Amino acid sequence: MTIAIVDYGMGNLFSIYNALDYVGGSPKIISEPDELAGVGGIVVPGVGAFGQCMDRLCRFEGALNSARECGTPIFAICIGLQVLFEESEESPTARGLGWIKGRVVKLPLSVMIPQMGWNSLSIKRPVEMLQGIEDGDMFYFVHSYYGQPEDKSRIVATTEHGVAVTAAIARDNLFATQFHPEKSGAKGLRILENFVRAIRC
Amino acid sequence: MLARRIIPCLDCDMGVPGGRVVKGIEFQQIRYAGVPWELAGQYYEDGADEIVFLDITASHERRETMTSVIKKTSRSVFVPLAVGGGINSVEQAREVFNAGADKITLNTSALKRPELISEISDRYGNQAVVLAIDAKRRYTLEEGRHIVQTEQGACWFECSFYGGRQFTGIDAIAWASRAVSLGAGEILLTSMDRDGTYDGFDIPLTNAVAKRVNVPVIASGGCASPDHMLEVFKKTDASAALAASIFHFGEWSVRNVKTYLKERGVNVRI
Repeated sequence: MTIAIVDYGMGNLFSIYNALDYVGGSPKIISEPDELAGVGGIVVPGVGAFGQCMDRLCRFEGALNSARECGTPIFAICIGLQVLFEESEESPTARGLGWIKGRVVKLPLSVMIPQMGWNSLSIKRPVEMLQGIEDGDMFYFVHSYYGQPEDKSRIVATTEHGVAVTAAIARDNLFATQFHPEKSGAKGLRILENFVRAIRC
Repeated sequence: MLARRIIPCLDCDMGVPGGRVVKGIEFQQIRYAGVPWELAGQYYEDGADEIVFLDITASHERRETMTSVIKKTSRSVFVPLAVGGGINSVEQAREVFNAGADKITLNTSALKRPELISEISDRYGNQAVVLAIDAKRRYTLEEGRHIVQTEQGACWFECSFYGGRQFTGIDAIAWASRAVSLGAGEILLTSMDRDGTYDGFDIPLTNAVAKRVNVPVIASGGCASPDHMLEVFKKTDASAALAASIFHFGEWSVRNVKTYLKERGVNVRI
């Protein structure tokens, strides 16, 4: 089953493509919303600012909503996680996808911003996407903002950077990480492998 | 809490097919170490947190060799890859990012035209721009310099460019903070006095820069043992330590170095 990597013109998609390919998935970079119909899974990558990201992603909004309603597994990464929220301090006039109630806020000024480097996970609840991952395993983060869901049970893992930072969220067929699994060595690949397996099921 | 990173550095001579990794002593006396993508793969398997490729023979034709090395590496190496050497335009940076690099490092081109830092960071983000500084101690004190106390006496640090072959008269500490204000997201700080000497990192230099900027500082130059890494992490706020010879010539593996550091209380990813 094809995994569609949504190319909406923000940043480098080769890393995620290579990583999915490496763990046995069948990734395909797609740049038109109608190509999302019938795919096995969807990856929403992202770098850049929230507003700019939404400006470019909005033409995919309808197709993403349909995929989500159909139960297609969706994996959002970094800014991809942030745009699931309703709004962000980074771009106050922009509106997010709103799939997760809550907002995206800036990291506290007491710490290095952006958070850049490897940080450990504190797992809040077990989910299939985190199979094989243990408390304390480290992942690669690069970000200045983080999501704060109204319903805290959406948070499946946090990391400590001045505050408890939302590191991964899950809801139904939706999974998202603030860190970059495609840059997080063997543990990151394990999460992507879990995603590939979820699609085959 | 963020882990301290261990970064193997591959100095690449792209003048031969496929490129080769070399290592010099005090920016001279070249020694052959291996094939770039093979070494990168080995270090990745061994737990490297990031890998830096520096094209020491940068020229336009050879950049194509570098992009093919990065393409090949990024198919099986899943940690951040930084690439530097001779990148002097947004277009050239784009070629390297498109090959699979996550960061580019700038040195000579940024000293000659500082706006290049902003041009690339505006497009790819600050996290994607690493400013590399090659700094040399100058014990002849001049007004307006950032004076640093060392065991050998008070000195300031001068930036070099063209791979250490020419000096700029620019104060390295002032340049680091200016580069950050222009959009550099990280500083790769190499001590020319220590590079290849096996004497350990320049602690006063690393401290002076790390205290001055609020972005990660990668300490580089002089590392010959895990003890040197332990020292730089205990005595400075360096976010990462970069080394070449210690890994290339089989003295220590990345994994052994990390285990050594972890046993001594340094937060590293094992």
